[in-house]
Amino acid sequence: MSATGEQAQTGVLEVDGLCTDYGPVRAVADVTLSVEPGRVTAVLGANGAGKTTLLRTISCLVPAREGRVRLGERELLGSAVEDVVRRGVAHVPEGRGVIGELTTEENLRLGGLWRGAPAEDLDEVYELLPALRERRRQPASSLSGGERQMLSIGRALVARPSVLLLDEPSLGLAPLISARIMELVRRLANERQLAVLLVEQNARSALAIADRGVVLNLGRVVADADASELADDEDMRQAYLGF
Amino acid sequence: MSAIAARARVGRARIGELTLARGLLLALVAAAALFVASELLSSFADLELAEGLYFFCVLAGLTVLTGLSGQISLGHGALMAVGAYGAALLIGEQHWALVPALAAATAITAVVGLLLGAAATRLRGPYLAGATLAFAVGLPALADKYSSTFGGENGLVVNPPNPPSGLGSSLPLERWEAWIAGAGAVIVLFTLHNLVRSGYGRAMRAVRDDEIAASLCGLRVARVQTLAFVVSAACAGLAGGLLTVVLQLASPGAFQLSLSLSLLTAIVLGGLGSLVGAAWGAAVLVLLPSWTRDIANSFSLSTKVSSNMPLAIYGLVLVVAMLAWPSGIQGGVRAGGARLRALVRSRRGG
Repeated sequence: MSATGEQAQTGVLEVDGLCTDYGPVRAVADVTLSVEPGRVTAVLGANGAGKTTLLRTISCLVPAREGRVRLGERELLGSAVEDVVRRGVAHVPEGRGVIGELTTEENLRLGGLWRGAPAEDLDEVYELLPALRERRRQPASSLSGGERQMLSIGRALVARPSVLLLDEPSLGLAPLISARIMELVRRLANERQLAVLLVEQNARSALAIADRGVVLNLGRVVADADASELADDEDMRQAYLGF
Repeated sequence: MSAIAARARVGRARIGELTLARGLLLALVAAAALFVASELLSSFADLELAEGLYFFCVLAGLTVLTGLSGQISLGHGALMAVGAYGAALLIGEQHWALVPALAAATAITAVVGLLLGAAATRLRGPYLAGATLAFAVGLPALADKYSSTFGGENGLVVNPPNPPSGLGSSLPLERWEAWIAGAGAVIVLFTLHNLVRSGYGRAMRAVRDDEIAASLCGLRVARVQTLAFVVSAACAGLAGGLLTVVLQLASPGAFQLSLSLSLLTAIVLGGLGSLVGAAWGAAVLVLLPSWTRDIANSFSLSTKVSSNMPLAIYGLVLVVAMLAWPSGIQGGVRAGGARLRALVRSRRGG
């Protein structure tokens, strides 16, 4: 499990003309967007709009039909999932994906296993997410939904990514916990200069912390604007954002 | 860096050292217990102990493969055959010394495990079971096809291992065989105890529970699965080599499909994913058939009935045991221990 020759890339995540099909159904249709370091881009839309598929295609969990995904100078499409992670794109999936049998600390170590992450990296995560330190010896299965979400994000951070893909981080969480998670996402972008692509059903809270918003409908981009502009657009709110 | 973080780092380093020290202590205690047991047991029981110990080797490897990395194998009997024939050829034909022959048999089986593991990464569930089943059925037949090398139906006979002269001429052969098998079992115990608690062990559990989450952690899922197969195959190879040494014979009859199925049943019955469970499984494999035979013989039944009785009792014991302890004997022991502790606590509290 030692480090390989993979080099984490930095720079802008650029998605260009991305298309993904599930059989005859086009789930993502000609999506173009970019995410810069230190900025949060929220991807919004109704159920089935293609948000999760977009993230899964970027991290190569689902093969793309057409298009390009570049991080800095490097093309990501066609890579193995683990190579995408090793190149600096961490994906926190919907449902969190923590390993219930392992303790909080073991889950965190799992995130840095491929590069032989030193203990200091875990300490950094604990300083950012003190709740995890208190639970470090507990099995992940005994954590609350909010703690699991933090663990999932913490584990992604141990990989030292430059891009963070977050899929519905507030799903199933109480409003107060959800607000804390959103605050954390903003801090990660500001303090660590992470490029964050945030898929979220709760458009209001996502736009409150995002710099930019992209609205998907049936796989297509129907709006791509500053977050504040989108939040103020009455028609857009009523038609796609649900608040 | 805060004082808490520094303390946590020191604590983590200590845990790493503790795991190794605990593994070493466990191995030493196991070695001492086996030595004392072999001294106290009769020659026949020493032979049963030796059988139990080589079964422990293969079961410990299989429980890592199935319980920890989530891959099923119906072909471990055949992997034992690779180790057994490897050891028989090296000891009997090439006149290698015992230790290098066993080490080489283990290595050869690990290479076969690498090939099997590489194929296994492309297969899941019933397809993997089917592929390993084909391996279990097909491999022993090679002994017939290449009978000049593998001895056909009769197999290959090797001379009994000679105890070192320093141990005295009165040392029974069975006890010496038990010690040899015990050394193999202790090495397997130490290695796997550390492996399951290492990063590799965590990676295997992650892959078993959620392959997507594991790959999103940057882990190479196929490599982790292959590694599990290699480790497991090496344990099976060592077990096969020890079987040859203990029985002084490697023959296709010892590695039929029924052996592979028994191995899988034993790890489930003992407690899947647990090394202690593998020890329970080994005890079941060695002791249950002879007990059921004794029970069957104690009734005055016709030969036809009494010959099938052990199998029927074996099946009944398996069904009852799985109903009583769904997570195996070790799961039952753990649950019993937890209940006992709760009872003691409530007595103290009350």
